[in-house]
Amino acid sequence: MNKNKEQLLNKRYKAEQRFRFYGLSAIFMALLFLTIFIFKIFSTGYSAFQKTWLIVPVTFDAELMMLDQNPSKEDLQDADYYDIALKSMADLDPNANEDQENELKRMVSYFFEKEIKNELLNDPNLIGKTKEVYLTASDDLDQVFKGNYPRDLPEDQRRVSDYQLKIFDQLVANGKVESKFNISFFTNADSREAELAGIASSFMGSIFSILVCLMIAFPVAVLAAIYLEEFAPKNRFTDFIEVNINNLAAVPSIVFGLLGLGVLLAIFHLPRSTPLVGGITLSLMTLPTIIIAARASLKAVPPSIREAALAMGASRMQTTIHHTVPLSMPGTLSGTIIGLAQALGETAPLILIGMVAFVNTIPGSPMDPAASLPVQIYIWAESAERGFVEKVSACIMVLLGFLIIMNLFAQIIRHKFEKKWS
Amino acid sequence: MRKNGVKMIKIKAKDVDVFYGKKQALFNISLDIEENQVTALIGPSGCGKSTFLRCLNRMNDVIDICSVKGEILINDFNINDKSCDVVRLREKIGMVFQKPNPFPKTLYENVSYGPTIHGMAQSKQEMDEIVETSLKKAALWEEVKDRLHEPGTGLSGGQQQRLCIARAISVRPEVILMDEPCSALDPIATAQIEELIDELKKEHTIIIVTHSMAQAARVSQNTGFFHLGQLIEHGSTDKIFKNPDNKKTQDYITGRFG
Repeated sequence: MNKNKEQLLNKRYKAEQRFRFYGLSAIFMALLFLTIFIFKIFSTGYSAFQKTWLIVPVTFDAELMMLDQNPSKEDLQDADYYDIALKSMADLDPNANEDQENELKRMVSYFFEKEIKNELLNDPNLIGKTKEVYLTASDDLDQVFKGNYPRDLPEDQRRVSDYQLKIFDQLVANGKVESKFNISFFTNADSREAELAGIASSFMGSIFSILVCLMIAFPVAVLAAIYLEEFAPKNRFTDFIEVNINNLAAVPSIVFGLLGLGVLLAIFHLPRSTPLVGGITLSLMTLPTIIIAARASLKAVPPSIREAALAMGASRMQTTIHHTVPLSMPGTLSGTIIGLAQALGETAPLILIGMVAFVNTIPGSPMDPAASLPVQIYIWAESAERGFVEKVSACIMVLLGFLIIMNLFAQIIRHKFEKKWS
Repeated sequence: MRKNGVKMIKIKAKDVDVFYGKKQALFNISLDIEENQVTALIGPSGCGKSTFLRCLNRMNDVIDICSVKGEILINDFNINDKSCDVVRLREKIGMVFQKPNPFPKTLYENVSYGPTIHGMAQSKQEMDEIVETSLKKAALWEEVKDRLHEPGTGLSGGQQQRLCIARAISVRPEVILMDEPCSALDPIATAQIEELIDELKKEHTIIIVTHSMAQAARVSQNTGFFHLGQLIEHGSTDKIFKNPDNKKTQDYITGRFG
């Protein structure tokens, strides 16, 4: 009998140990996946925050720019920079033939002419002088400099010629190639050229979409939740509504995209590809999430508080506004943030309403066409150029950072509220 | 209180029936409650004494499936009448609950809440006075006067319950309903609250539901005994405890059931 009990006890201990082990391994697995994921993204993406510049001496030859004596600002604006730009690249190799001059030109971005122009506009005294100007390297050379480019491939399979590599290596040896923080990644809109592409448009697009989504979804959802939880009679009709709200939360997001396309664009003729339409579509998706969270946190407010307020002669509405809603706010807010975070990462509905269009301007309002961060990731991931690979990871990093900041913000708000109420 | 030997009746319940859905919880209760006296409602669990208490300030309205029939006259006005406004009713009839339930706000906000929503103070000064007198009447002022702006939930259980009493009396109600106010408290806190009840009856009519017969005997002048949804017997506490008419009352009082 005693021995039997001993065995049972041992069995129980072992079962518990096994259970702990399973739990720990589950956590370990989760952490491992997370680490791999983050490591992969960071290792591919960090280099996108650096940009390679070629330092090229440019002679601001007034004759080549077709400038008169004492040019005005407007003259400088309208001057012809193409020739001096071309010449300064060609001068990198005095012995270059015409083909090679063309190759030299392609070592920098398409906008090297503009970069030279800006240099002169900043300092008009440069006319007739020579100055070393920072020119954005082409995305392929950028990748070469970052070591992401396979130099040992046969030449006909490379987008960088042996000649370009030779000149580039000379420049590197002379210290004329520099890596600097890639500001344009944050200030430029999307571009077909990887070295010029940035996330400004999609970042603003995401912010505007989320704001529109928040402004629509939050008040509607909170009012709906309060009504359902505090005022609505419990009958078949409200049961039916409740079931349908739960169903709505399970509808695939692409369906909301179709709804946005069919109703907002086709019937109401709202401007296509805009954060306004994107935000409205996302708010439909976020609505049930917030309603469910808000109702759950309203339900969690102890009934004794409601009774206390009612017994003091507060009306139902006063009870709700003064006590129940403030007490439920932390939960409601965290639900809202979860809903918004989902919306922030949503791609499918935005593609359907046209936010996938190539946008090379930065939106100034929700009515301007824009992309959003996840859609930008999708667009870049589809591009063939090697330069976009790191951009995809960098964009994911920005998106993750955005989400982390949102969550942090939610935590801070929650903390403040809870402090007040406990 | 008797004026010239005549009982002043504050609340008159006539044939009150209460239903939870189809189940009847109270049968035909008729009970008179005297002004400025403490009336105790006793009986075993589930006998309907709390349900009856909640009829008196229409707190049963909150429960969807609950319906109340019959007349309850307070100052000769039927509170079950459609013309009765529950907000004004509850301003006149305060309630203290079984578990202390202060709002998760500061002490000051707890006490000032009622006067605020009923617009009883014109100025900050007036409000300060109301808060102070309410807390003094609830015998809590000395303990908390230095920390009025700390959360009410930080007090001990007994202090919290006295805070709830202060909150209830802040709107100067005519009647105070107490639903087992001491059941969550230790004997010392209980003694303090009982002392307080004795003090409060000078200005308010008090109805207290209690599980403790000793408490009923200590604090009340009148007692009603409920059993299975029926009012078995009611009368002066002296009589109920010493010489009850009904066998069931006798059995309950002497601890043979319940």
